[in-house]
Amino acid sequence: MENKIKTDFEKTFKNFPLKEELDFKKNNLENFIKKGFPGKKMESWKFSDLSQIINRNLGELNFYTDPALKNLIDKTVIIKKFEHNKIVFINGKIEEIDFNFEEKDKIQVSKGLSNQINSFEENSLLSLNNAFCKNFYNITIKTNYSMKKPLIVYHMINKDISLTTVNSQLSFYLEKNSLLKIIDIYDEKSEKNFINTFYNFSLKENAILKNFKIDNSQNNNIKYSFNNIDQEKNTISETFILSNGSKFLKNEINCNLKGKYSSAFINGIFSLNTDKHHEIRTSVNHLVENTKSYQLIKSVLDDKSKSAYQGKIYVNPEAQKTDGYQLSKCILLDKNTEFNAKPELEIYADDVKCSHGSASGSLSEDSIFYLRSRGLNYKQAKKLLISGFFLDVIEKITDEEVKNYIKEIMEFN
Amino acid sequence: MEEKNLDLIKDYKYGFSTDIESIKAPKGLNEDVIKFISKVKKEPKWLLDWRLKAYKRLKVLKEPDWQKPKYPEIDYQDLYYYSAPKSFNEKPKKLEDLDPKLLETYKKLGIPLDEQKKLNGIAVDAVFDSVSVATTFKDTLTKHGIIFCSISEAVQKYPDLVKKYLGTVIPITDHYFATLNSAVFTDGSFVYVPEGVRCPMELSTYFRINASDTGQFERTLIIADKGSYVSYLEGCTAPMRDENQLHAANVELVALDDAEIKYSTVQNWYPGDKDGKGGIYNFVTKRGVCKGNNSKISWTQVETGSAITWKYPSCILKGDNSIGEFYSIAITNNHQKADTGTKMIHLGKNTKSKIISKGISAGFSDMTYRGLVDISPNAENSNNYTQCDSLLMGNKCGAHTIPYIKNKNSNSNIAHEATTSKISEDQLHYCQQRGLNQEEAVGLIVNGFCKEVLQQLPMEFAVEAQKLVGISLEGSVG
Repeated sequence: MENKIKTDFEKTFKNFPLKEELDFKKNNLENFIKKGFPGKKMESWKFSDLSQIINRNLGELNFYTDPALKNLIDKTVIIKKFEHNKIVFINGKIEEIDFNFEEKDKIQVSKGLSNQINSFEENSLLSLNNAFCKNFYNITIKTNYSMKKPLIVYHMINKDISLTTVNSQLSFYLEKNSLLKIIDIYDEKSEKNFINTFYNFSLKENAILKNFKIDNSQNNNIKYSFNNIDQEKNTISETFILSNGSKFLKNEINCNLKGKYSSAFINGIFSLNTDKHHEIRTSVNHLVENTKSYQLIKSVLDDKSKSAYQGKIYVNPEAQKTDGYQLSKCILLDKNTEFNAKPELEIYADDVKCSHGSASGSLSEDSIFYLRSRGLNYKQAKKLLISGFFLDVIEKITDEEVKNYIKEIMEFN
Repeated sequence: MEEKNLDLIKDYKYGFSTDIESIKAPKGLNEDVIKFISKVKKEPKWLLDWRLKAYKRLKVLKEPDWQKPKYPEIDYQDLYYYSAPKSFNEKPKKLEDLDPKLLETYKKLGIPLDEQKKLNGIAVDAVFDSVSVATTFKDTLTKHGIIFCSISEAVQKYPDLVKKYLGTVIPITDHYFATLNSAVFTDGSFVYVPEGVRCPMELSTYFRINASDTGQFERTLIIADKGSYVSYLEGCTAPMRDENQLHAANVELVALDDAEIKYSTVQNWYPGDKDGKGGIYNFVTKRGVCKGNNSKISWTQVETGSAITWKYPSCILKGDNSIGEFYSIAITNNHQKADTGTKMIHLGKNTKSKIISKGISAGFSDMTYRGLVDISPNAENSNNYTQCDSLLMGNKCGAHTIPYIKNKNSNSNIAHEATTSKISEDQLHYCQQRGLNQEEAVGLIVNGFCKEVLQQLPMEFAVEAQKLVGISLEGSVG
């Protein structure tokens, strides 16, 4: 792989003008080459051995995408259900940025250097992303501005590429009192790619972030998504993850509660079948006092699917009066399914309220019996129970439009 | 002088050392030392070969480093691997022949080796540094066909049994410290309860580290044959020394069909002084296998001592309908550190496991619960319930919970709950209003917090453990 990645790197950045930026990329490339794709030996990849998954499903990967490829936006993918702003990635390259529904001077889009966040050196996938991500944008929501419509980021992969790593990054600055709603939607026309996405959110005082990650289209790609959220005083972040379509998907949310009275909500559902393998890993760092976090993850597994949840609540010695909660639940429908959980608490302050719970098991026979005695057949009863199980999480979404959209694609309406 | 002594005793009353001449193997870890140990113990060749095989394996193994409490590198060549009181060239046949200094030591520790003083009918095997010094109540046990002796004695007298079971639960290819133990283990207890026998009394081993620069590597093997029952207790103390001493024991339990083993530990090794100097590194491997159907293994532990406690008493639930239980109280104060928990590995059908863990950390200490519940695809209808609660006292300490939950069977259920909190002002207020001072109030609340686990201990131990809980937390409030 090493030679391949080096030549691909040179091909990608032939005649690249910015020397400093190139050095940064080279460092990241070296870090990735040194560490490689993460494997089981790393604690954070204990339940999902990515290097093995890539070897088994993809084999030798390309790291180069020809910039001359025709990139037409497939209009059928664009959601018509509700009005929205959009950013469209095609094969990792931004093709369209459109904030037509917003006041022009309230949103600032600037092309910048890649996310110079180096504090995740352990994370080799971030290094890979930093090394290969070619165009990178900072998006700033100005003070006191609440976005009228949500922003949908489309990640499209067309037929021209295959067995390729696709790296994309975005960075969002939410100034004081601003609000951003962002939805990630994937559309893949090609199989067997590795898609690596990295977002960085920075929330200033009183800002609100609503972050929805929807993986719904059935595909054979391997995906990794990392979101870093830094929160100052009185900020709220809400993340919802629908983990459903990809062959492999790992969503990682790293949330730093840096200001008093800031709070983070992370909710997720896994609805998996065939031999899919998905994971959510969260890390909520309570760094100052009076912060709050809430996590709810529910999973329904069928066929040979596997899901894993690794959630960590870290409480700094200064973070007194922390309120942290984690709950993960799983229903295993088939005997070949597997659910792994590692809900972790790391606490250094005494005046805190932290708890977690995890439960996994089969669909309750009693509940099925109850429903069947009231005239439903087995299939209907099962469907009703599962939708009830999931709706518990979906109802937590604070945005009506998105909530209804998710209910619709999950066929719960 | 007197006063100073009293102060020390209040801190850790087992901190004295016995001035007794001892024979030691040469310092360091190499084949010669292993051969020396084997020779002194007059071991058969197969056991020496077994040890050497473990040593060979040890050379390629690396020390694990994923644990939370980090410790300075241990120089394995700077340790004595065998130390025995000099008067032990020949093991004394009768108690009267025992060095009076040894008897005195155990008297100070409150462990009666003298059968005339019969305390509550507990049979004791006392291990001093590397050798077992005395085993009491042998006659009564022999009458029931129960074998309770030191493992060295068992190697001589019951080689077939030892050979059959030694290393079957913790193989020599296990992790670093277990393999180290296999190579250099010195003594420990051996228990065999024959088919259908319910052991009439509690069996108990008392471990004492005395010599300095020594590691204690004992090995305990308990076999409960079909339909039998045994309850086994373990206690440990060590003198106060400034250096850290290593204690890497292996405990293996085997429960055959319908058998039950109850294993209780009150661990009170020297925890180091207030500034975290000295103390024992307690890196113990304890594992039990429910080999037969309907068997049961239950671990109960009260961990109050040691500078670093790093152990996971585990159950492998192999037989159908077998049950594994784990009850634990771990208390860390001052600069103590603990990384402890359990592993429940469900392999058989209809297996059940229950984990109750209570952690209390005070002072500058750090406590981690780390546990694994693994339900394999064939373990139909299995159940696990886990509850781990942590109590924090003061804002300089840490409490962590790291459970690993793996469910690979759709007919099995796992439930896990964990909470972290401090003693609430309301509770304290209520108790103080009724005339308790703050320390008493804390003691009462903590005892209530631990009650579920304390109840699992045999009577005599429960009383001691309850006191120990109080003493360990002295000075941590207010």
